[in-house]
Amino acid sequence: MAADGYSALHEFWLNLRAIPNHVYRAMFRGGPPKTDRTRSSFIFGNVFLHLHSVRTHLWSLRWSTTMGLGIMTTAAFLITLITGILLMFYYKPYPDVAYQSIKDIHFIVPTGRFMRNIHRWAANVMVIAVILHMARAFYTASYRKPREFNWFIGWGLLVTTLGLSFTGYLLPWDQLAYWAITIGANIAQSPREITDALGITAWADIGGLQREILLGSDKVGEEALIRFYLLHVMILPLALVMLMAVHFWRIRKDGGLAKPANADELVAEEAKEFYPVFTDAPTKTYHLAAVVKGKTAAVGSGPEHTVPSMPHLFYAELGVLMLTTLICVALAFVSDAPLKELANPLVPENPAKAPWYFLGLQEIVSFSAFMGGIGIPMLCVIGLGLIPFLDREKEGTGSWFGGPGGWKLVKWSVVVGFAASIGVEAFAIHFGWLREWFPDIPQLLITFINPGTVLTAIYAVYSIWAVRRYNSTRAGALALFTCFLCGFIVLTVIGTYFRGPNWDFFWSPSDWGGH
Amino acid sequence: MTTHPSEKKSRFDPEPMPRRDFLGLAALGAMIAAFALSIFGMLKLPKAAVSASPAKKFNVALPDTLPEGEAFVPPGRNVAVFRDDEGVFAISTVCTHLGCIVKKSSAGFDCPCHGSGFQKDGTVRKGPAPKPLPWLKVSKNGGVLTIDEETNVKTGTKV
Repeated sequence: MAADGYSALHEFWLNLRAIPNHVYRAMFRGGPPKTDRTRSSFIFGNVFLHLHSVRTHLWSLRWSTTMGLGIMTTAAFLITLITGILLMFYYKPYPDVAYQSIKDIHFIVPTGRFMRNIHRWAANVMVIAVILHMARAFYTASYRKPREFNWFIGWGLLVTTLGLSFTGYLLPWDQLAYWAITIGANIAQSPREITDALGITAWADIGGLQREILLGSDKVGEEALIRFYLLHVMILPLALVMLMAVHFWRIRKDGGLAKPANADELVAEEAKEFYPVFTDAPTKTYHLAAVVKGKTAAVGSGPEHTVPSMPHLFYAELGVLMLTTLICVALAFVSDAPLKELANPLVPENPAKAPWYFLGLQEIVSFSAFMGGIGIPMLCVIGLGLIPFLDREKEGTGSWFGGPGGWKLVKWSVVVGFAASIGVEAFAIHFGWLREWFPDIPQLLITFINPGTVLTAIYAVYSIWAVRRYNSTRAGALALFTCFLCGFIVLTVIGTYFRGPNWDFFWSPSDWGGH
Repeated sequence: MTTHPSEKKSRFDPEPMPRRDFLGLAALGAMIAAFALSIFGMLKLPKAAVSASPAKKFNVALPDTLPEGEAFVPPGRNVAVFRDDEGVFAISTVCTHLGCIVKKSSAGFDCPCHGSGFQKDGTVRKGPAPKPLPWLKVSKNGGVLTIDEETNVKTGTKV
């Protein structure tokens, strides 16, 4: 029975006309985000947005707090995801055919070359952004309680990101890819350097097992390609998405971004521009203060220094997304992703170089496969993961270079970090190393005493000095992290620009000559 | 409703909690054990029982005019075969550092990837290589040599 005296047919007609409006209202139940109340429901009523809190502290919105690096990493990931799916339309993971399909993508597929370029540049942007994001979280001491676990997750995201880059490197099946993966797989095998020296390889061949599982064969071939493909398009992206979900969720559950204790005072001037209280209180409040660990903005200080996340936070995030897209697209316009000749298992590239962010690693690998490829990286990775549990101090949380020593210590650490790495490298390049002087030296000695381990030891000693000088673990962490960052930069630059054929030192690639 | 202690319990009477807890925990434990075992079983899958790779043994005939000290590289193989007065020998050209293919040079062999250098007999001259280049087993059948890439022999073994 139709209501209001309309005939059923007339009401049907009215409903038909109202469909767009009703569908919109059914989707966005709170209505357009025009008041503080509807802005709140816009966020908590949306499954994707509700990872955000409905109001954001002004401190978190400051450009200098995060520089948008986390969002930039996420944006770069989304770009690689979309372009990656597009590339999968044509890519065929089989030796030689893979190379031809990349050529097809490059020369025949409409927009194929452009999409591949964007994919490659977005992957590079993602690696840079995730490293800078980690540095930001470190230098603002944001890893401290209650955010220890989220730092841990972030560490997992860094490793997964590098894994995605590495596995993507093989897929074109060109010379560069083939030899980079051969080297990578042999790094996985390098625990043999230790087990051989100890004479226990026959019983405990960890290295051989790792390599075999990675390649599915005893050399880089069709099995390896399909495994890397599977890791690249399925296993690692899934892992990344799951870790990202936990990472974002945890930001909220750990009380938002880390803020200095006096953050409210610091933003007092800006806060005057905004309505001090809710103009129209939301009907639903979560009382999260009771559940969330640590201090939230709402505890004891009221909502005065917060603004609605819609639009303030979201527009900032969308701005970073636009900027990241712009960077990737612009770079894709000016620079093509490389594609060398078809992989040839008989003749290595000379020099065979990994992607640039692994060239620092390749540089220390050229001293000892095990120490450079597994020992020192494991040390860095374990050290990074444990920082929040070793530094339980309070001073300086949320401020740049916060903590004992501060900016002055970081400045000196930059000097030490650069000087030590350049010094050790210059020494090794100019004078050679133990084996050149004592040809019969046992391998175990070189594994443990090489330029890579010496540099690590110098950094460690300097950091211990910093711990004692400032009587603070945080000071030691500041020193060590800065040193490793500088060492990473120096080794990467040397590996990228100053190493030529046979991994010899050259002042410029133009001196490489024919080979 | 009260029940007398001596009264026989109906099968509908609630069981005492501890037993339920025990059964619940046992069920949970069994489930975890079952999943753990199945994961262990699944982990066996990625390790192939037989790996697809070409035969490691191959025949080769050296050219009659191979000068002493010059390497003959059988097509498609990462092996250098030499001949001198004492006989024939084969050295693997796969670098023991990270698996690049070394090149013959005046000093012996040089690796393009990380700068390892080897003497003419394969022993390490410089760089990060942890082991000498292995010598491979060579057997003679008339004029044809059979080289086995999987079997190493002592450095200096010539046939």
